[in-house]
Amino acid sequence: MVPLWMYLLVAAGLFSIGLYGVLSRRNAVAILMSIELMLNAVNINLVAFWRYNSPGDLNGQVFALFVFVVAAAEAAVGLALIITIYRRHKSVIVEDVDLLKW
Amino acid sequence: MFEVPSVADLNVAASLPVTLLALGACVFLLVDLFIPQDRKYITAGLAAGGMLVALVLALLMWGDVIELRDGDTAFSELFIADTMTHVVNIVVLITGLLGVLVAYNYLERTKIQRGEYYYLILFTTTGVMLMGGANDLAVVFVALELLSIPLYILSGFRWPQEESEESAMKYFLLGAFASSFLVYGIALIYGATGTTSLPGIWEAVNDIVAEDAASKYLLLLGSGLALVGLGFKVAAVPFHMWTPDVYQGAPTSVVAYMSVAAKVGGFAALIRVLVAGMPNFVLDGETVAAWQDTVWLVAALTMLLGNIVAIAQTELKRLLAYSSIAHAGYILIAVAAAGTASVADEAVRAVMIYLMAYAFTNVGAFAVVIALEKDDATNTGLDSVRGLARTNPLLAAAMTVFMLSLTGIPLTSGFVGKWFVFKAALSADLVPVAVIGVVTSLVSAFYYLRVVWLMYFEDGESEASTPWPLASAIGISVAGTLLLGFVPYLLSEMTNDITLAFGG
Repeated sequence: MVPLWMYLLVAAGLFSIGLYGVLSRRNAVAILMSIELMLNAVNINLVAFWRYNSPGDLNGQVFALFVFVVAAAEAAVGLALIITIYRRHKSVIVEDVDLLKW
Repeated sequence: MFEVPSVADLNVAASLPVTLLALGACVFLLVDLFIPQDRKYITAGLAAGGMLVALVLALLMWGDVIELRDGDTAFSELFIADTMTHVVNIVVLITGLLGVLVAYNYLERTKIQRGEYYYLILFTTTGVMLMGGANDLAVVFVALELLSIPLYILSGFRWPQEESEESAMKYFLLGAFASSFLVYGIALIYGATGTTSLPGIWEAVNDIVAEDAASKYLLLLGSGLALVGLGFKVAAVPFHMWTPDVYQGAPTSVVAYMSVAAKVGGFAALIRVLVAGMPNFVLDGETVAAWQDTVWLVAALTMLLGNIVAIAQTELKRLLAYSSIAHAGYILIAVAAAGTASVADEAVRAVMIYLMAYAFTNVGAFAVVIALEKDDATNTGLDSVRGLARTNPLLAAAMTVFMLSLTGIPLTSGFVGKWFVFKAALSADLVPVAVIGVVTSLVSAFYYLRVVWLMYFEDGESEASTPWPLASAIGISVAGTLLLGFVPYLLSEMTNDITLAFGG
């Protein structure tokens, strides 16, 4: 069987890609996608830990489901906010939105 | 393979205030559709009534008038109703009630009177209450999102005004980013301990420490990432960047509510995860919890940066934003002190006392800003308070009380909060950080008292509108601030029964 550390490595890699995306992308939608990548890395971790450490109870799997649901709710609210910004600026580049000092 | 618990076993009674409020919020969501635009006071009244009922229930449960026959855990031990839960409920429900009172006329005159406002407040309040009773990391996560997502929407509530939209987007992007750190940390804690239940983690940590197992590194990484995620929520340095922008851009009534509610939720989560879940996570050669050093370092940085940058602010809302960062630092001292096992309960009580004291004062200070603000969201600069003592002496007196309390002058609630926090820090031998706390409090006197100076000793044409809901909210805040300041016994009595230790 594939050892646990391989899953963890993939998850850590995915999390780092997401982190890099959030810090380097200027497009708000791309930042949102990067955040989703980070949450998916969490799901891989949760399910892998569940399978290898405690397959007897459902904790890890149920937690992964919660993460799905919350990610969907966040995406819905986030896209709505980004659309209101787009209507005004005709742009979703974070740096164009600079009325308040960062 | 898996048993489905029957409804009778869920012990819903233990979570009655929060369950009731959650159901109520869902019902209001529908009811509001049938309330015409010119009668939104009905929605506001319903929301306030719902919170009042929940507050009465929480007070009765706190006073042991309602006995819980089937123990204090509900929903298969996902939720726990101990004294800390009740105190968190009381603090956040009072904040929510004040939040509705300050909002109604403000929304009316800025033409954003929409029914969504009130049930979003209810949902956030539900999130904070769930956080107070979380006994499982899954609840911590869901509660944190339930408290954050409505706040993202509320920050952008003043559309189509540009600053408000912008602050909502910034808050959302950074908030979602932070929660992915938290949940990654939770996944690693789950990997190290094999469970998400907090008592289960407590036991697993005991074993890990006893055997010196390699999974302690996983636990260390996990708790560090969770700390980053929660640090964002409570606005601790270096994760504070969003605070001034969001506080400046969001509608002031939202800020009044969220500056307290989000803090209560964030600190409840920190206490549940660190102090209830892994106070026994001691690395070899140490006597205190592994996270203590990090937390007090963050506390020191937060106090220093918050107080020093606040001096340079000319905008009242930004000044209060940096002040709220600084106060997060003071509360973090007590969280750090909780890492010493013998002081843990005292420190957790200090956190709750500080939050209670802070709730009245901070909502009150923002309520005064609301009174000064013009309909087009201007006039929130420091200049706006010039000469307020002549045009509106009562409002100026109220603002003086709040500023003195935020500074921590004796006979105000702010002093009582700081007293208990510094006392806990000294009991835990965290002398340097307590000294930093006292010194930065002195620094903070400069910018708080400057506001008082401007009100009383400078000329200006300051105007304010105080319709009765806002005036009563300010009145309640003044009364709360002074009462808790004059009778600290109330606070210490209220939190006296808080204990968190699992397994003794």
